[in-house]
Amino acid sequence: MFYREAGDFKLSYAEDSQTFPIRFDRYRYFAVLAVAYGVIPFFVNDYWVNAILLPFLIYAIASIGLNILVGYCGQVSLGTGGFMAVGAYACYKLMTSFPEVSMFIHVLLAGGVTALVCVLFGLPSLRIKGFYLAVATLAAQFFLVWLFNRVPWFYNYSASGQINAPERDVFGIVITGPNAPAWATYMFCLIFLTFCAIVARNLTRGTQGRTWMAIRDMDIAAEIIGVSPLRAKMTAFAVSGFFVGISGALFFSVYLGAVEVGEAFGINKSFLVLFMVIIGGLGSIFGSFAGAAFLVLLPVVLKVVGVDLLGWPTDIVAHFQLVIVGALIVTFLILEPHGLAQLWRVTKEKLRLWPFPH
Amino acid sequence: MTLKMTTLALSALMVAGPAMADLVFPDLSYRTGPYAAGGIPFSDGYNDYFTLVNERDGGIGGVKARVVECETGYNTEKGVECYEATKGEGALVYQPLSTGITYQLIPKVTADGIPLHTMGYGRTSAANGEVFSHVFNYPANYWDGASGVINYLLEENAGDLKDKTISLVYHNSAYGKEPIRTLEELSAKHGYELKLLPVDHPGQEQKSQWLQIRRDRPDYVVMWGWGVMNQVAIQEAANIRYPMENFIGVWWSGAEHDVMPAGDQADGYKAITFHNVGRDFPVFADVQTHVVEKGLAAGAGDQIGNVLYNRGFYAAMLAVEAAKKAQEIHGVADITPAMMRDGMEALEITQDLMTELGMPNFGPSFSVSCENHGGPGLVGMTQWDAETQTWSMISGFNPTDSDVLGPLVAEDSSAYAAENNIEERCK
Repeated sequence: MFYREAGDFKLSYAEDSQTFPIRFDRYRYFAVLAVAYGVIPFFVNDYWVNAILLPFLIYAIASIGLNILVGYCGQVSLGTGGFMAVGAYACYKLMTSFPEVSMFIHVLLAGGVTALVCVLFGLPSLRIKGFYLAVATLAAQFFLVWLFNRVPWFYNYSASGQINAPERDVFGIVITGPNAPAWATYMFCLIFLTFCAIVARNLTRGTQGRTWMAIRDMDIAAEIIGVSPLRAKMTAFAVSGFFVGISGALFFSVYLGAVEVGEAFGINKSFLVLFMVIIGGLGSIFGSFAGAAFLVLLPVVLKVVGVDLLGWPTDIVAHFQLVIVGALIVTFLILEPHGLAQLWRVTKEKLRLWPFPH
Repeated sequence: MTLKMTTLALSALMVAGPAMADLVFPDLSYRTGPYAAGGIPFSDGYNDYFTLVNERDGGIGGVKARVVECETGYNTEKGVECYEATKGEGALVYQPLSTGITYQLIPKVTADGIPLHTMGYGRTSAANGEVFSHVFNYPANYWDGASGVINYLLEENAGDLKDKTISLVYHNSAYGKEPIRTLEELSAKHGYELKLLPVDHPGQEQKSQWLQIRRDRPDYVVMWGWGVMNQVAIQEAANIRYPMENFIGVWWSGAEHDVMPAGDQADGYKAITFHNVGRDFPVFADVQTHVVEKGLAAGAGDQIGNVLYNRGFYAAMLAVEAAKKAQEIHGVADITPAMMRDGMEALEITQDLMTELGMPNFGPSFSVSCENHGGPGLVGMTQWDAETQTWSMISGFNPTDSDVLGPLVAEDSSAYAAENNIEERCK
């Protein structure tokens, strides 16, 4: 009944190749955008933004970035934490060196810097594949964290080695620092997420995405039909790095405000984002959102249920969190190896036929 | 039946729900993760003191204290979540027990007008109340600790540390890096050689650092460690047969659980402190009657009298005294965070007061002022006796080198003030 093409006639090529060809899907998409932009900003408070929405938006950007690399191009990366750190430190250096420039430009430039670094560390992917590439990116992770801990220039020679986001604004609205209003930080991240998602969606639907997927599915065959592995892999690393860099910059400047590289961008962060991608669904933009939402929301929900509603001791709840999240990950991977995105696809198929499945 | 369940659930909610006239003290604790060994006793002590005050005295000035516990796991992201979740309940003061979370909260609490008390951790230059209006780190801070260690060594060596080498084994984070600047300045003053040995989080792997120490044979090793790193370091020191009496930890590296795993080999290990240790205080009898025997002890109730338990206990005592001060200044029992801040700024702890509380000589006597949020920085030395399994104070609370520390605090806080356009407020 829902999600049906029947009666939805396309009269031009542009209509035929739009992102959401099914009318119902398209309206749903516009409805989500309308709620995100038009409703939520008026109802959010500090708790909702800082504890739930900002981490969701920022991790969604990071998982879109990683999904392009792992899900679409098939290049396993364990360096996400390190690349987020590049974005954060690039943003910090830009913010402190050019205080009068808009935050939009800083975050975009931080993404650009990360893209360059990511390409540099992606070069070995031309020679090594699979697990070996994972190890090479793991080296990037440790090297970058070590670098930002070791070279005082990156943290402006501060005594503690921490970086702190000074107050910066966009068109006169404070975005970073403690005085930033909740709705402004939310909108700022939401704009970046929308931008990243639209760019990623359109890249993956076009030639670029097809070359990535060709490399992912069988690189030798792809090379034979004329796909350049060098260009395909390097563009995947660059685009992925750009998104991950943006997320790192937002993570530091808008969300946390003060960052210590080893703690905020350690190997755990790489794994977290990788889990988001795997649970959400490899090779799916929606999956990136779903994975980020799952891993950001679940701990908060468990905490609220355990501590606030049931009144259990906090340590028991924290331990249960680990157990439950871990068990859910395993269950999901067994029951639905293609992630939450596949569940969504199956639901859509079912909805098409409902209420007459035969 | 359904109705009964609903009423039950409702009444449970009403009991659990916040009563209006509570004084809320959030406890951003960590009972899980690699730093839990330190987080649990501190949190237990913090909770138990408030329970004691509620049970024995009927609250603070007649108003019950309520502790809202939130698990951070020493993780900054969860710390932010906890802060946002608890600040709406009228939180009076935050004590996150984590330097990383402290750095995050300093601008936030200042904007929200809630005081932050980081006792012996956090940003050292917050001692300058001219710049940091809502942050307090009395009675002592990291730089006092570093200077206290050097003063102790000066005393041991008849005032001369020339040609001595001191290695600093530190947690490679904002926390561990704090003392470096001070130790460097003091090295220029006293002529010892300082060697730096960073240990990465969480600190289970220290073979290379201790190999380096075995090779260098420094005269003294100073440690700025936390969590599992402490136990590993002390075990490694024992393995290379480093003389324990020349191994000195900061106050976060000197609790029972740090030295126990090394057994007899840890005998003689020292740690600097800013409060007294042991359970030889009259107040613990009250804890026994009013908290433990009523079954209200926090956690497993097995930490009473441990070093970090005492520290949490002491932190809560200072918070309660500041709240009393605030009630006295403003003449209302139900104080707000802003009033609490005034109370902390006017806090005065004397030996008489501590004796009255059943905690004679539990900490140094000190007073806080608008300019000085850090107290006088009096620190003492403790030593571990493996045979009796006790820590004991081996010195009094002695002053630190304010000639060196004062300018450092002024320099760092004025840099912060310039970065954030803060004007000096004590005129």
